[in-house]
Amino acid sequence: MPDHDVLIRARGLTKKFGSFTAVDAIDFEIRHGEAFGFLGPNGAGKSSTMRMIGCVSPPTSGELSILGLDPVADGPAIRSRLGVVPQEDTLDVELTVRENLLIYGRYFGLSRPVISERTARLLDFVQLTDRAKDQVEPLSGGMKRRLTIARSLINEPEILLLDEPTTGLDPQARHAVWDRLYRLKQQGVTLVLTTHYMDEAEQLCDRLVVMDGGKIAAQGSPRDLIAAYSTPEVLELRFDVAEHEQAAGKLADVPAERMEVLADRILLYLPNGDAALAGVRQLGLEPLTSLVRRSTLEDVFLRLTGRRLED
Amino acid sequence: MAAVTSPAPAAGAPPGPQAGPGRPASGWSFALREFRFWLTNYRRTWRGSIYSSVLNPVLYLAAIGLGLGTLVDAHGLARLGGVSYLTFLAPGLLAATAMETAIGESTYPVMASVKWLKTYQAASASPLRPADIYRGHLLFITMRLAMNCSIFTAVMAAFGAVRSAWVLAALPVSVLTGLAFAAPIEAWAITVTKDTSFAMIFRFGMIPLFLFSGTFFPISQLPAWVRPVAYATPLWHGVALSRSLSLGTADLSGTLAHLGYLLVLAVIGVAAGARTYRGRLYV
Repeated sequence: MPDHDVLIRARGLTKKFGSFTAVDAIDFEIRHGEAFGFLGPNGAGKSSTMRMIGCVSPPTSGELSILGLDPVADGPAIRSRLGVVPQEDTLDVELTVRENLLIYGRYFGLSRPVISERTARLLDFVQLTDRAKDQVEPLSGGMKRRLTIARSLINEPEILLLDEPTTGLDPQARHAVWDRLYRLKQQGVTLVLTTHYMDEAEQLCDRLVVMDGGKIAAQGSPRDLIAAYSTPEVLELRFDVAEHEQAAGKLADVPAERMEVLADRILLYLPNGDAALAGVRQLGLEPLTSLVRRSTLEDVFLRLTGRRLED
Repeated sequence: MAAVTSPAPAAGAPPGPQAGPGRPASGWSFALREFRFWLTNYRRTWRGSIYSSVLNPVLYLAAIGLGLGTLVDAHGLARLGGVSYLTFLAPGLLAATAMETAIGESTYPVMASVKWLKTYQAASASPLRPADIYRGHLLFITMRLAMNCSIFTAVMAAFGAVRSAWVLAALPVSVLTGLAFAAPIEAWAITVTKDTSFAMIFRFGMIPLFLFSGTFFPISQLPAWVRPVAYATPLWHGVALSRSLSLGTADLSGTLAHLGYLLVLAVIGVAAGARTYRGRLYV
């Protein structure tokens, strides 16, 4: 990959708040046109990293270069080329949908005709055209999120930063957001997002880093990470509470690459789940429920950190 | 599906000098963008705010200036410099109105912007810097001061409480009086995490100043040991200046001293605002 394709580069990037180290000397490179994710649980340092990229949080140490510029010295120049969808909506709920875009366009120094033209297009894109004159306050969470995305695109950004873009949304609203983001990616916008949803990371990200405790635990494409840190299939077993521990002891005899005993389930990592389930039954164990599934990033995270993502 | 974004410029194109929107603005041009945000916001509420801007001076000048003033005037006008109580009171109230407007506009709206609505954070994600956001808001407060002080002066004139054409100069002076409060208080307000701190400012700052800074009676009526305290407050300087212009008794050295004092406070506020806004918005 030629070097000039790298839009964001971090080396030893560190952010401390007093004695607390939120981001601990991480390295990553984000390339033009890709969708890059920071996957990790709450408190992993994802949002702190995003704020540093957004030039609203000076790094404590290390190097960070965005579009070839320095975020501390060139904040306004960089931000003029970024779009930001923050974790918490920062819409002006007392104004109308259209006024929110007008205000934001002005922040970027755009003229009124340009803002009007883009507003029409963007509201169409996020399916809010019929709400253009409505006040923002009564809109649903999903609509507000889509409006925030529209607002973040008013300056036609080269890089779109999305911090937990679908946290708090119902499944339908999440899919609507994913669909819009997928279209943007196809149009060549570089997406940088944080998430603690493994399905979101798998759906949207070309490449991602798994973060935990301020550090990067692993990086690669979702597929590569699963191949490197998990098995093709997972057998999930649920036993009666009374038998849970005893069953876990017996299952050690099943030839699996790895076993995870969670509070409510036992996970066996192996190449062929159906064959293994037959083996489990031969041991005289009868699970209440069993499920054979493909490995996901959740399994990768469990393997890397010993914890689940959404706990 | 029409393309939403224009194709991104060639990947890795040399960053080069940025044209237009991205270039760090010198001076106040970015602040004007924040000012326009406040204007758009104000379009929803301006009518209501005008009613109270007119009603307040009418009520005060009628009740205290005319009502109470009749009793005061009956005791002779000597201690008021030979003018009626209404004429004495009105320019003082003009300065006090500026203070009230300034404190009102630079406390809760700041907290709303940074904590409740997070519109400051929205602006921070754009090219605007924290200092631009502070200054843009201060420009809006300046506009509100100019509006309220103009309305007050017009009401004053309608009550016949003006003695000199110099009252026109009392208008910018009262705006400056307001800024001597608004600039430092806005800078401080962003560091405040609980709105109960604002109640303290109102109770222990604004109300005592309102009552004891020479608005309702000359400072000379205060015990001698309290007077230096009154002289140190910005409102006294604003009241003294406004009154001297309204009554046509201003002298150059006094005027310059008052102006200098108020100006210094405003400048300190502007300098502090850039730092405090940065401290809160860039964490």
